[in-house]
Amino acid sequence: MKGNDMRGFGQLLRVETRLYLRDVGTMLATVGLPTLVLVVLGLVPALRRPDPTFDGQTFVSYFAPSLLVVTVAVAGLNVLPTMLATYRERGVLRRLATTPASPAALLAAQLVITLAAIVASAVLLVVVGRLAFGVPLPRHPLGFAAAFVLGTAALLALGLLVAAVARTAKAAQALMAPLFLLIMFFGGVYLPRFLLPDLLVRIGDYTPPGVQALLDSWTGTPPQPLHLAIMTGIAVLAGAGAAKLFRWE
Amino acid sequence: MPVIEVTNLHKRYGDVVAVDDVSFTVEAGEIFGVLGPNGAGKTTTVECVAGLRVPDGGEVSVLGLDPRRDAAGLRERVGVQLQESQLPDRLRVGEALELFASFYRRPADPAKLMTELGLDEKRNTPYKKLSGGQKQRLSIALALVGDPEITILDELTTGLDPQARRVTWELIERIRDRGVTIILVTHFMEEAERLCDRLAVIDRGRVVAVDSPAGLVRRVAPTQRVRFRPSAEVDDRLFTELPEVTTVERTGGQVVVSGSGDVLHAVASVLARNQIVAADLRLEQSTLDDAFVELTGRRITE
Repeated sequence: MKGNDMRGFGQLLRVETRLYLRDVGTMLATVGLPTLVLVVLGLVPALRRPDPTFDGQTFVSYFAPSLLVVTVAVAGLNVLPTMLATYRERGVLRRLATTPASPAALLAAQLVITLAAIVASAVLLVVVGRLAFGVPLPRHPLGFAAAFVLGTAALLALGLLVAAVARTAKAAQALMAPLFLLIMFFGGVYLPRFLLPDLLVRIGDYTPPGVQALLDSWTGTPPQPLHLAIMTGIAVLAGAGAAKLFRWE
Repeated sequence: MPVIEVTNLHKRYGDVVAVDDVSFTVEAGEIFGVLGPNGAGKTTTVECVAGLRVPDGGEVSVLGLDPRRDAAGLRERVGVQLQESQLPDRLRVGEALELFASFYRRPADPAKLMTELGLDEKRNTPYKKLSGGQKQRLSIALALVGDPEITILDELTTGLDPQARRVTWELIERIRDRGVTIILVTHFMEEAERLCDRLAVIDRGRVVAVDSPAGLVRRVAPTQRVRFRPSAEVDDRLFTELPEVTTVERTGGQVVVSGSGDVLHAVASVLARNQIVAADLRLEQSTLDDAFVELTGRRITE
C-alpha cells in the first residue's frame, strides 16, 4: 500500500498545521516549555553569576543545551509518535489509503510540523536567553546548526521507529516512556551534568540529541566529529528501520 | 454490463482462511448487498475489491481494472467508507470535506455534498463533537467527495439508532438514484431487504447464494405459517392430511400449521367444517431471515 507520490501534501500540511495550532497544550509544551524553565532559572540571581564549575559561564548558559534536549525529546519522542500511532489506531491512515492521497504525504506533513515546532522552540530559547539573561548566542553557529540538526534527526528517527512498531497510541507511549526518561537523564535535564559521575556524562555525549556537541558549539569550540558521526549513524539506522517496519494499519 | 467481477477470491491471514471461495458480479447502477454473519469474510472481500488487501487467489476486476495493478486509477473512481475508521478529533466537518476533495482530480462540490447530507449546520463542528449518525453521514460524504462511479459502504448503520438508520437508508437510495453503483456490506436483514437490488449471502468465506431479496425468499421452500388459538380441542390429523400442510406444531395454546400453497384457505375450511373458531389468527410468510437460515443452517447474529 505504498503511495506513488506525495499527492495531497500541501493540503495535508495546511490542515495538520491548523490541527497542531488548535492543540494549544501540546504546542505550548513543545515550543514554550524550555523557555519557561529558562526564565524560571534565570530569575534566581545565583544562577546568573559566572562560576568556575562551568568554565566561567553562568549556570543558565551551561544548562541551556539541556533545555534544547527537552524540546527535541518532547516533540520527537512524545508528540510525533503518539500522533502517528493515534492516526493508525483510529484508522485515519487506512482511510487516507482509500483516496488518491498518499499516506506518506501525511507522514511528511507531520515531520515538517514537528521540525518547525522544534526550530521555533530553539529560536525562542536562544533569543530569550540572550536578551533576558545574557546567554551568549552560539559562538560556533555552523557547528551548532549541524549538532542541532543531526541530533534532532537522530531523535526523530528513534521516535518514528517506535511509531512504526507500536500498534496503538498507548503502546507507543509505553515504549517511549523509558526511552524518553533516559534521553532526558543523559541530556542533563533531571540532574545538571556536572552533578553526574563522569561515566554517565560520557554516555550522555553519545545519546541523542548529543548535548555535549550542542554545549561545545554554543560556547565556542566546534563540535567533535565523532559526536556528529554518531548522531548521523543513529539517524540513518533508526530511520531505515522505521521505513522498513512502518505499517499504515 | 458488470462493473465489478470477483472470481474464486481466496484470502487467508496466516492459517486462518478469511475468504475461502467467493465469486459474484455487480451490475452498473445497482445496490449490491454482501450479507452474512460477523466473521463470514464480508469485509475482507470488499477490501480486496477496494484494493486495500491483496488476494491470495482468484481474480478481481473493478471497472475493467485490477485493484492491485491500477490502484492509483481506481482510487479516483471508487469511494470507500470503512468500518471503524475515524478522523482526528479537532478536524472540522467542512475542513474534512475540503481536504478530501483536494485529493481528487475532479471532485464533487463539498458545499453541495454537505447540504445533501444535512451537514450544513455542522460545518464548523469538530469531529469529536459529532453524534454517531452525523459521523456516519460525514463518512458517506467523504466516500462521495471524489464523485465516484462505485461506492463501497461497510457496515454503514451498525451502532445507529433506528431513526438514524432509516435516514441513512433514504440517503443511500438517493445516491443510487444519481447513478452510483453501491456495494453495501451488512448483517442487518431489514437493511438488505429494503435497499439491495441483489445480494450475495456469504457464510464461512463462501457464497451461499446470489439473488434479489425476493428471489432468495422464493428460492427457499415458500413456507407459509398459519398460527391461531382454537376455540375447542382439535386433532392434528385434521391438518396433516391436507396436501398443502407439511407440519403441525403446538406452542402453548397455539397451533402452528406450516406448508406451501394456500395453507390459509385449507386450514380455514377444516376449521369451518368442524365449527371451530380460530382466535388470534395470523398468517406468516417466509422472510429473508428464513431464507438465510435455510441457506446457511443458522441464524444471523448481531
